[in-house]
Amino acid sequence: MSEAASGRSFGAGPPRISIAILAMGGQGGGVLADWIVAAAESQGWAAQSTSVPGVAQRTGATIYYIETAPKRSDAEPVFALMPTPGDVDVVIAAELMEAGRSVLRGLVTPDRTTLIASTHRALAVTEKQAPGDGAGDPDVVSVATEFAAKRLVAFDMERLAKSNGSVISAAMLGALAATGDVPFPRAAFEEAIRAGGAGVDASLKAFAAAFDEANANPVQPVRRPDKRFKAWPEFFREAELDRIGARIRGFPAEAQPMLAAGARKLVDYLDAAYAHEYLDRVGALCELDRAHGGAGRGFAFTVAAAKYVAGAMAYDDVPRVADLKIRASRQARVRGEVGASEGTIVATTEYFHPRAEELCGSLPKAWGEWIEARPAVFRTLDKIVNRGRRIRSNTIAGYLMLAFVAQLGPRRRRSLRHAREAAHREAWLNVAAEALAARYELGVETLGCRRLVKGYSDTHARGLSKFDRVMSAVPLLAAREDGAAWLDRLKRAALADETGAKLDGVLKTIASL
Amino acid sequence: MAERSFAREVQDLKLGAGEIFRGEGILAITKALLQSGVAYVGGYQGSPISHLMDVLADAKDVLAELGVHFETSASEATAAATLSASVMYPVRGAVTWKSTAGTNVAADALSNLSSGGVTGGAMIIIGEDYGEGSSIMQERSHAYALKSQIWLLDPRPNLPSLVRMVEEGFELSEASNTPVMLEMRIRACHVHGQFVCKDNQKPKHTLREALENPVRDVNRIVLPPASFLHEKDKLERRLPAAVEFVKSRKLNETFGPATGDVGIVMLGGLYNTTMRALQYLGLADGYGESAVPLYVLNVAYPLIEDELIAFCRDKRAVLMVEEGAPDYIERDLNTILRRRDIQTKVSGKDVLPMGGEYTAPILVKGVREFLAAHAREMLGNEPPRPDPAPVLADPRVKALAEAVPPRPPGFCIGCPERPIFAAMKLVEQELGPHHVSADIGCHLFSILPPFNIGATTMGYGLGPASASAFNVPASKRPISVLGDGGFWHNGLASSIANAVFNKHDGVTLIVDNYYSAATGGQDIPSSRALNPRRKTNNSIVDAVRGVGAKWVRQIDRTYDVGKMRDTLREALTTEEAGPKIIVASSECMLNKQRRVRPLVSKAIKSGERVVREKFGVDEDICTGDHACIRLSGCPSLSTKQTDDPLRDDPVAVIDENCVGCGNCGEVAEAAVLCPSFYRAEIVHNPTRLDRWLERARSAMIAWLERRRTAKRPRLAEGTA
Repeated sequence: MSEAASGRSFGAGPPRISIAILAMGGQGGGVLADWIVAAAESQGWAAQSTSVPGVAQRTGATIYYIETAPKRSDAEPVFALMPTPGDVDVVIAAELMEAGRSVLRGLVTPDRTTLIASTHRALAVTEKQAPGDGAGDPDVVSVATEFAAKRLVAFDMERLAKSNGSVISAAMLGALAATGDVPFPRAAFEEAIRAGGAGVDASLKAFAAAFDEANANPVQPVRRPDKRFKAWPEFFREAELDRIGARIRGFPAEAQPMLAAGARKLVDYLDAAYAHEYLDRVGALCELDRAHGGAGRGFAFTVAAAKYVAGAMAYDDVPRVADLKIRASRQARVRGEVGASEGTIVATTEYFHPRAEELCGSLPKAWGEWIEARPAVFRTLDKIVNRGRRIRSNTIAGYLMLAFVAQLGPRRRRSLRHAREAAHREAWLNVAAEALAARYELGVETLGCRRLVKGYSDTHARGLSKFDRVMSAVPLLAAREDGAAWLDRLKRAALADETGAKLDGVLKTIASL
Repeated sequence: MAERSFAREVQDLKLGAGEIFRGEGILAITKALLQSGVAYVGGYQGSPISHLMDVLADAKDVLAELGVHFETSASEATAAATLSASVMYPVRGAVTWKSTAGTNVAADALSNLSSGGVTGGAMIIIGEDYGEGSSIMQERSHAYALKSQIWLLDPRPNLPSLVRMVEEGFELSEASNTPVMLEMRIRACHVHGQFVCKDNQKPKHTLREALENPVRDVNRIVLPPASFLHEKDKLERRLPAAVEFVKSRKLNETFGPATGDVGIVMLGGLYNTTMRALQYLGLADGYGESAVPLYVLNVAYPLIEDELIAFCRDKRAVLMVEEGAPDYIERDLNTILRRRDIQTKVSGKDVLPMGGEYTAPILVKGVREFLAAHAREMLGNEPPRPDPAPVLADPRVKALAEAVPPRPPGFCIGCPERPIFAAMKLVEQELGPHHVSADIGCHLFSILPPFNIGATTMGYGLGPASASAFNVPASKRPISVLGDGGFWHNGLASSIANAVFNKHDGVTLIVDNYYSAATGGQDIPSSRALNPRRKTNNSIVDAVRGVGAKWVRQIDRTYDVGKMRDTLREALTTEEAGPKIIVASSECMLNKQRRVRPLVSKAIKSGERVVREKFGVDEDICTGDHACIRLSGCPSLSTKQTDDPLRDDPVAVIDENCVGCGNCGEVAEAAVLCPSFYRAEIVHNPTRLDRWLERARSAMIAWLERRRTAKRPRLAEGTA
């Protein structure tokens, strides 16, 4: 048989190295590819990079692909123009979900691939537009990448790059150099950065920091903020506050941290008496909890009540907003948020759009109801107030205007809005108490439905309508073993889209059960 | 002015004989044009060939030195018509565009050009926008070459091959008096590689010589009876001349063993991927050695029958590798062989997919099936092939499908088009949904979340044209969108004048961002920048009034969401008949930042008073509903989890990339969303008056604030 006919074998092939970079527009994926090619060429290797940027330059996700192989005197290597799933040596993902995407696309396989991933998140539109928490689950990505990669280097390279005054591409190059999977000396990569010519010192710093981090601590857990619980101190300088502390310590231990958080919020929102009111209400619910075996269930009902009753009592209104906008601590926080450097002056403008509804709500109950009962008066009033108002809160006039609105806060107990909020809250808590009597878990879930009420004006109305729709299902679910799970599904569906289309779907399903 | 500078790439265009060019495929093509002695270059920008236009726009001195005329054509039709300079005169010219979209636009001129034929070399560089990364309908440009008889080059995607095909392509054009198309796939345009340069050539014949010595030959004009002679000339003289040239120059290549039972015929552009597939099957190495005979068509049209017959005659079967539908070459190959009664089996789309990009795994499958049917022994002991299937089948990986969000391209940070669609959404909330005809351009991102606006797109500049039929009495008017790029490309006549003439009652929204932004920020007639080589600052409003539009509104700051919304509402509800045209103008933020950012940092450094704007969100006022995001989608407006144990949902947050466009504040105000947004004006290098005022204000406010909060219970800091 001729050589060809016998299936001439070409063996394992040359020691070609393939590298795929998954990045989003503006992350410097192209620069990173150029650096790697330059480093390869400086070592006498042939290298080729390709990409399909197109409109993906505009914020979309895209893949840059590099192949490099030792040069031969007699022939040029033939490089592929796109990565083949299962045949990639190094994948560099410039964001956590992009790392997940690289695994989904089959680019990361346990026999071959080193995955270098930055664990920071840049949320996609579909994640952040949900009325609730629409972010993809980072744990799913961690589990999948640890399984799929032969070797994993995963830490927050974005943060590391920034803290070194540079961009993520330089940090990722440092991590790549540290893995040794591309057999070029560190100096070759650094030289590529120098030859690039832009922001060289900062890039080299970020490169070095990432190089060290990848060696010292290659796989780091995805960071997310922990909820901050502050215990209520033994002694404040004010007796009123100390009495609150004493009352909190009378609750079951499981509920105390949440109660402390709730009481703090309400003292800040109105006054100490309001916090006592809160403790009275939660105390009553706690007794109910105890009566329904809460002690054996970690007082979950009381904890949920501590959390959601506080939120419900500290409803968002205009005086609250005005109060928060003029606090002394705010100026420093704003300076930090906008990255104002030393020696600059920061002026702030606030965007308000009050309507007659808000004005009536903040009036004493009888006045507000009087106006609301007279559409002509209401419309006239709306014509006067309903318009966008920009207030420069750092000017004295602006400050005084906001301070005037803020001082309505301490008087809000008498307001129409306050009466309505209280009535709404009681109705909700009564349903929760009934649900608790039917099934403990359903009671807890019913309290959690309060999460749906949020926002201002129309958004608030939409939230309320979703809340009402979800609450309407509670009696239907009381008879069912899995009622709590259904209520949780309803709540999640309500938070998934703006109009509540998904929620209506689940409600229909429940009606047909 | 494009969105990035090509100053470094311009230096590469100056490289002389023996020097090494390192860079992108499309820039290698540009250099090859100069090495071929072109007298003129034109074209219309678009991915993936924009960089050819961009680098030449920045290469004034290089072009001046060589005496090359460079023109930014108004459309692909203009670009194709430009090639008529090579009809009568022996001047070489090249034009470029994105295909097939651009070739469609150019088709009329191309038919005329190829009918009469050319004297000087005429080349069309087409960016074949097909497969992953493409932004247009998936079609082959091949048909245009066949129907108009334009030679089609499809070189192997490495820089030396690309450069050679440009240089010899001009000679082919001249030898056969026929224009030549050179097809570049997306990845080939963006491939980074190297080649050894030659010196640039001044044109042998210049446009000036041509103008000063006019030639006229009635036989080259497309009019009967000459047009009938052209057809005869094309088939009887030009085609054989081209075949002879391709053969003698060996533009097509063979690789692998000289003989074999089977062979593969492939387009040059698919060579690398096919080689990789053969490698996975153990039938090739990584350096161009193949166990299977290969015939590579760097010339996709015309086919060289003698070469094909020689390659196929002694083989049991051949595999034709061509991407996309229809299978033009496979059909021709069958015809060629059957006419000569050669019984070699032709395989192709029977083992390979009819449509879609050919990736290595797809080719592995097809080639393997082909060999299994016709030369099973060649498969031998197959080496293990890369296979992600077991990984992808694992539940841990499958779970990713739920977690990983799609990430399509969208509007940039601070994009002035975002408030336009936010306003449209607000009007939609008032007046209900409308039929929206979209167009081509960045504004087409409106079809994606969070806006979800736009029903159809029919071609560049055809947004309002595609609403033409909806000119009947109804309780709602159609809305059509048109970008400034599309407006000047085709929209003024096909969309606006058409609507005026036909008394169309719809609403047209012209999105004017001062550039052809989606293609990289090139200047167009209404660009506001002063471009010394172009006449800019031509008003769109004047143009639409010029063709007879009466109801015309100009909005000079699209970020004014309230005004935008009110104007749209008025257009949709006014009693006035005829087209309602809103021109919404604000500079493309990507280009503005490129222009302004260096100036600002320079001014700050030199101690000038500079005010920068940024936006922020008061975390404790935001309730985590994200309505603001659903009306914006700005990449710098995101969400974050808070450490407040009382809250479940993440709050809105604006990151440091905010350019202070103001959209989020305007939207919050216009849509009555929430008061959590604030605008911060950061005053750099404040004047003495600034500092005095600031000190006085803060002292006063601090005193007032102390008085205000004196009566409060004193909780520890950060209680909110």
